[in-house]
Amino acid sequence: MTVIARSVPGLSALSARCVSARLASVEVLHGIDLALPAGRWTSVVGPNGAGKSTLLKVLAGLLPFKGEVALLGQPLSALNARRRARVLSWLGQHEPGGDDLSVQDVVMLGRLPHQRWLASPSAEDEAACERALIATQALPWRARALGTLSGGERQRVLLARALATEAEVYLMDEPLANLDAPHQADWLATVRQLTDAGKTVVSVLHEISIALQADHMVVLKDGRVTHAGAAGDAATHRALTSVFDNRLAIHTVGKRFVTLPV
Amino acid sequence: MPARESPLKHRALLWAVALLLAALALLALGLLVGSTGLEAVWQSRLDAAAWQIVWDIRLPRTLGAWATGALLGLAGAVAQGLFRNPLADPFLLGSASGAALGVALMLALFGGAEVASGALSSTWPLQVGLTGAGFLGAVAGVLLTLLLAQGVQHTLRLLLAGVIVGVVLGAVKDLVALAAPAILQSMQAFALGSTGFIGWSACAVLLAVLFPCLALAWALSRVLDGLALGEATAQSLGLVLAPMRAALVGVLALATGTAVAQTGLIAFVGLAAPHLVRAVVKSTHNHLLVLSALMGGVLLMAADILARWLIAPQELPVGVMTAVLGGSYLLWLMHRRRPGALMP
Repeated sequence: MTVIARSVPGLSALSARCVSARLASVEVLHGIDLALPAGRWTSVVGPNGAGKSTLLKVLAGLLPFKGEVALLGQPLSALNARRRARVLSWLGQHEPGGDDLSVQDVVMLGRLPHQRWLASPSAEDEAACERALIATQALPWRARALGTLSGGERQRVLLARALATEAEVYLMDEPLANLDAPHQADWLATVRQLTDAGKTVVSVLHEISIALQADHMVVLKDGRVTHAGAAGDAATHRALTSVFDNRLAIHTVGKRFVTLPV
Repeated sequence: MPARESPLKHRALLWAVALLLAALALLALGLLVGSTGLEAVWQSRLDAAAWQIVWDIRLPRTLGAWATGALLGLAGAVAQGLFRNPLADPFLLGSASGAALGVALMLALFGGAEVASGALSSTWPLQVGLTGAGFLGAVAGVLLTLLLAQGVQHTLRLLLAGVIVGVVLGAVKDLVALAAPAILQSMQAFALGSTGFIGWSACAVLLAVLFPCLALAWALSRVLDGLALGEATAQSLGLVLAPMRAALVGVLALATGTAVAQTGLIAFVGLAAPHLVRAVVKSTHNHLLVLSALMGGVLLMAADILARWLIAPQELPVGVMTAVLGGSYLLWLMHRRRPGALMP
């Protein structure tokens, strides 16, 4: 049996070599080479249509691709779906549906990779769900149906579903969609907790100011990586403003970066 | 935390018990209603003909109506979960028209003698053959719809494809009936939908298919829960979708095919049963599937009894009853929902 290593800081949690992928016969990613550091938060940024979501899906093993992707040092193709799902948790963008499921049911689905088929939730599953619901402040709604929640509340429940997996690597596509400022701050705190615990987080973000608070940044344009490096580096900032046609200015406020449209 | 979960589970359990009790009450009522009315029951101890009416006609028919409704309710719940579409219905996905075509072909090719003698689906080989033909036709109908719709993602395309497949396969079925006039009369009853032909052998086939279908669907209910959150999410949870989906399409086709083979085209039960269940219980698919089957059984039993009783000693085809009742329900549903809410 293959044993999956835990993420080790300094190594890659996810790596891609010569990866290309198609969406409906159009090639969206062209020859991507990447190494995403383990135990860190990486944000993937780029203009609309750069291939960010597609890249995330490929890294999560949800889309067919050419090339090689490795998760914690093992080729993605060598992992069965269930084992991959225990190590890698994925949160999609604008996923509709599930309106008739209760919040508790939705979050419990995050435990599916850990549960035996048709087995009732274990005490550990219940505890993991509760932790995830507390982290996203969704605990009070656990008996409510997903369809009765607002957009932001729904997003927090889906985030809790992703957290409940308690995986090593988290891939999140637009996790801040519909979230108000306090809950965006909560999300940042959650990500910091995850990376402090040695987990890896990769997020696609349109909120560039928040993306700049990540440890590592991958800049995409037209299906190619134009730059990958520390989010605070001047070179990264130059790459970032360049893919947005210099219509973006990065300012420093205290220890943080803020972007303004130009 | 059982204390917190119990209200939801209790609610599902309560509804299950209530629906079972309703089914038992309707079963008793079903024994009493018919062209000869109540007397048949009182006389059944003394009179052989009355005995036969109650035990060999009314009982299998009423039980069969329950089993057919349960199969349709189950098929509807599976279809709605599988295609993530509240309008998905065995009859809107081409499976029913496919099953009807399969049955027509089977009758035209092999069933001539039995049909001509008026004893439709009375013998075992024909019974099993009709169910098999219904199943194959249903699979073909669903696959054709999926092929035309290029998958299940696009709701409107799926429904349109289902309608087109329904019309085309229905036309082919009519051609088959014209080419083999011997089956015309039974196909007429078939198109209207009737529980009148269900004898003990048909009843046994219906029940023998219902329970394995229910068990298989229940075993795959987590897949439907996962799919409710979107295909990519389901896949990311480690569900291997292709074989599980194929198994669920198999359940859908077998349930619809069996129901259609025994009773013809009974519309809307598959659509209405899961809707009614979801209106009263918000739950995961393991509960939803079982409750939808129970609800479908109760709906069709009630419709069957109404159909026998309304203009007794004449009777209405039960398919006409369900079409009128189900159609009104669907209209009300569309009226109540926000515009566009049915087309996610």
